[in-house]
Amino acid sequence: MPRPQRDVLVTGIGLVSSLGEGVAAHLERFTADAPQPSLEREAYAPYSVHPLPQIDWSKQIPKRGDQRQMETWQRLGTYAAGLALEDAGVPADEGARSTIDMVVAAGGGERDMSVDAMVMERARKTDDVERVINETLSTELRPTLFLAQLSNLLAGNISIVHKVTGSSRTFMGEEAAGISALQSVRARIASGQSEIALVGSAFSAERKDLILNFDLAELMLKGEWKPVFARQAGQDGIAVGSVGAFLVLESREHAEARGARAYAKLTQVEGDRGRREGDGMKTRLSRLLPKIENADDTLVLSGASGLASIDGAEIDALNEAYPNAARIAYGTLTGHGFEAQMPMGVALAAAAIHEGARFSVTDPEHERAPAGAPKRAVVTSIGHLHAEGACHLEAADGD
Amino acid sequence: MSASDFDHLGRPIIAVTGLGVVSSLGKGVEANWEKLTGGVSGIHRIERFETEGLRTTISGSVDFMGDEPMSSVDLSYRMAEAAGSEAIGMAGLPDDDFAGPLFLAAPPVEMEWRFRLALDRLSAAEREEAGYDRLLEIARQHPDASIYHSTQCSRISELLADRLGTRGLPITLSTACASGASAIQLGVEAIRRGETERAVAIGTDGSISQESLIRFSLLSALSTNNAVPEKASKPFSKDRDGFVMAEGAGALVLESLASARARGAKVHGLILGCGERADDFHRTRSKPDGSPIIGAIKAGIEDAGLTPEGIDYINAHGTSTPENDRMEATGLRAVFGDALTTTPISSNKSMIGHTLTAAGAIEAVFSILTLRESLLPPTINYDNPDPAIELDTVPNTARKAEISAVLSNSFGFGGQNACLVFGRAA
Repeated sequence: MPRPQRDVLVTGIGLVSSLGEGVAAHLERFTADAPQPSLEREAYAPYSVHPLPQIDWSKQIPKRGDQRQMETWQRLGTYAAGLALEDAGVPADEGARSTIDMVVAAGGGERDMSVDAMVMERARKTDDVERVINETLSTELRPTLFLAQLSNLLAGNISIVHKVTGSSRTFMGEEAAGISALQSVRARIASGQSEIALVGSAFSAERKDLILNFDLAELMLKGEWKPVFARQAGQDGIAVGSVGAFLVLESREHAEARGARAYAKLTQVEGDRGRREGDGMKTRLSRLLPKIENADDTLVLSGASGLASIDGAEIDALNEAYPNAARIAYGTLTGHGFEAQMPMGVALAAAAIHEGARFSVTDPEHERAPAGAPKRAVVTSIGHLHAEGACHLEAADGD
Repeated sequence: MSASDFDHLGRPIIAVTGLGVVSSLGKGVEANWEKLTGGVSGIHRIERFETEGLRTTISGSVDFMGDEPMSSVDLSYRMAEAAGSEAIGMAGLPDDDFAGPLFLAAPPVEMEWRFRLALDRLSAAEREEAGYDRLLEIARQHPDASIYHSTQCSRISELLADRLGTRGLPITLSTACASGASAIQLGVEAIRRGETERAVAIGTDGSISQESLIRFSLLSALSTNNAVPEKASKPFSKDRDGFVMAEGAGALVLESLASARARGAKVHGLILGCGERADDFHRTRSKPDGSPIIGAIKAGIEDAGLTPEGIDYINAHGTSTPENDRMEATGLRAVFGDALTTTPISSNKSMIGHTLTAAGAIEAVFSILTLRESLLPPTINYDNPDPAIELDTVPNTARKAEISAVLSNSFGFGGQNACLVFGRAA
């Protein structure tokens, strides 16, 4: 017996990417004429990486001791989570924060690359490789590095630094985790199982250990950089992007009671997975996309990754569902952030609706400029191997 | 549907209609239950890899799921598949078309050493110097998607979703040693919201490797009582010195009681309540006053519509680390008061070790069996009680007892605290 659904509002946004920090910095970049990304093409050549800007971590992680316990991935997420809580105007006292639920979409943290290199070096000179691993790791690994690597310790650090302790759940599994995190939190708030929640993710792109994993499956963009939808088969691939994206979601009742500003209403989050052969992916995505009768004032934010075969199916589904709607592939500017991709897209969409921001086109062949301020938005995130997701946002005061 | 299908808050009552388990004691509910209630330990000397130079050389690894070398993803999947199909089969549903959502607790994974070293051995790179630049050069010439799959945190749930015929996007939970309980909680919430009539919750962990053992060892979390492996895990004992890493999987088919009744399914037990609280004190230690643990226990009991007096038995987290067992007892005393001394509490980990990500799910399976069979599994190796924590640990021998509600605790690094309350099928 489903209960009546309550409105779920976006009341706080914390954003960090190669484009900068905060809502205003991102809107500025997305609305500039023919916007271009901030790319690092040398340090990870032949790969393209959207690197982090300079960040003063102390602004959201005041204690040096806390900063030292984390590597970049956890710092980025903890920092973005702090921005979101601050933006939502949730006081930093324990009373307010201990009622906030939390869902974090997470991968894993950084390895000690010099220790890994040491093991490989020593292993070349021995027949007893396992003994070398035991000796080297036992003596060289920093004991607390494990905690910087554990997936759920991003959430753990957010609890410690920002005092969010209502509940803490970490979802793993690339893009699917980002989709599910939003879906789960939205459903809990809409049904009355939660009143206010922090949800989001971080992805640190400047990591050779991760780039290695991805390129073993030939997922990385190696040639000339182009906007995501312009990457043709054979020269396609992912340009990884560092992203910290957190949202505060809240029931309308809870938000109004504390006089919170609302960016937008998150009306729908859909996700699914399954076979992609033939029309499989397009058919499934078409089913997930929100049905909008007149999409003229809709902004479609595609989270396309730059993998041509998948992006092609997404374009087909979007063309069918919203033939005239404005469409921007946000990964062109931010890079692909895996778990963080959907939270990033939803954050941008909520900000665009609230500010009436008209995003600009980088790739006129595949994108379409908005005719006016967006009243609603559809955000997609398509898993690089599996999982498809779509979110629907509307103006906060809309019906 | 009738009024008795809903709980004290008007939510659908959650029935458990299927159970499945794999642990170091064996494969399947029957084999596990017999050994668990017989006080048998599954802890043994590690043979999977060289242990020379390691402080801990014992574990509860699962070594009977195949002979070939397996990655953590492979082993975790195989155990989850075995437990999941057992549970769905017990529920009388097709194990290739479960037709409900999957909530999975699985270990975080990353590239394993045998792959890193195998890549380094390929002579495909110009760069000689060991390190990731060389591996990247090699990867560009010898891509191997199968290695990538072993690093994907969504791989296990993808394989399971296809194999078991679950619906929608599976959720893979990682709340450290509370993951299994969290997976169950998400399934309970989905049914309570009316999104689905049934869900399958699985916790699996096949991640014992040299590196994972060393990492826990460097945090001084593991027992070094290597001499007699089956004696090493001794929760609540005075001389406990750490947990014993272990592997396994537990699976439960969760179903609204109305749905279970409508299709005439056997109900093995009920899930009455779930509680959780995050701790903001420290990355590995609990707040000294135990307030998050206390909060989670109270929330679970309250969600079940019970008071502490209604709990007849506690399935402890009981890891056998000095810190956990002391904090768990402190938290329980704050909630139960003097009644704690006479409320039986036992730790399955004394026999199967700490199955980490899977623990909450495996111990949920054992809790349901405890209710169904009216038999409390013992805490073995309880020869030297810790006088600072006075408990009825069901020492060393199983005990018959009619019970109606069980509290099961799960606590993890990163301030994760989750408590489940189970009830007897009517």
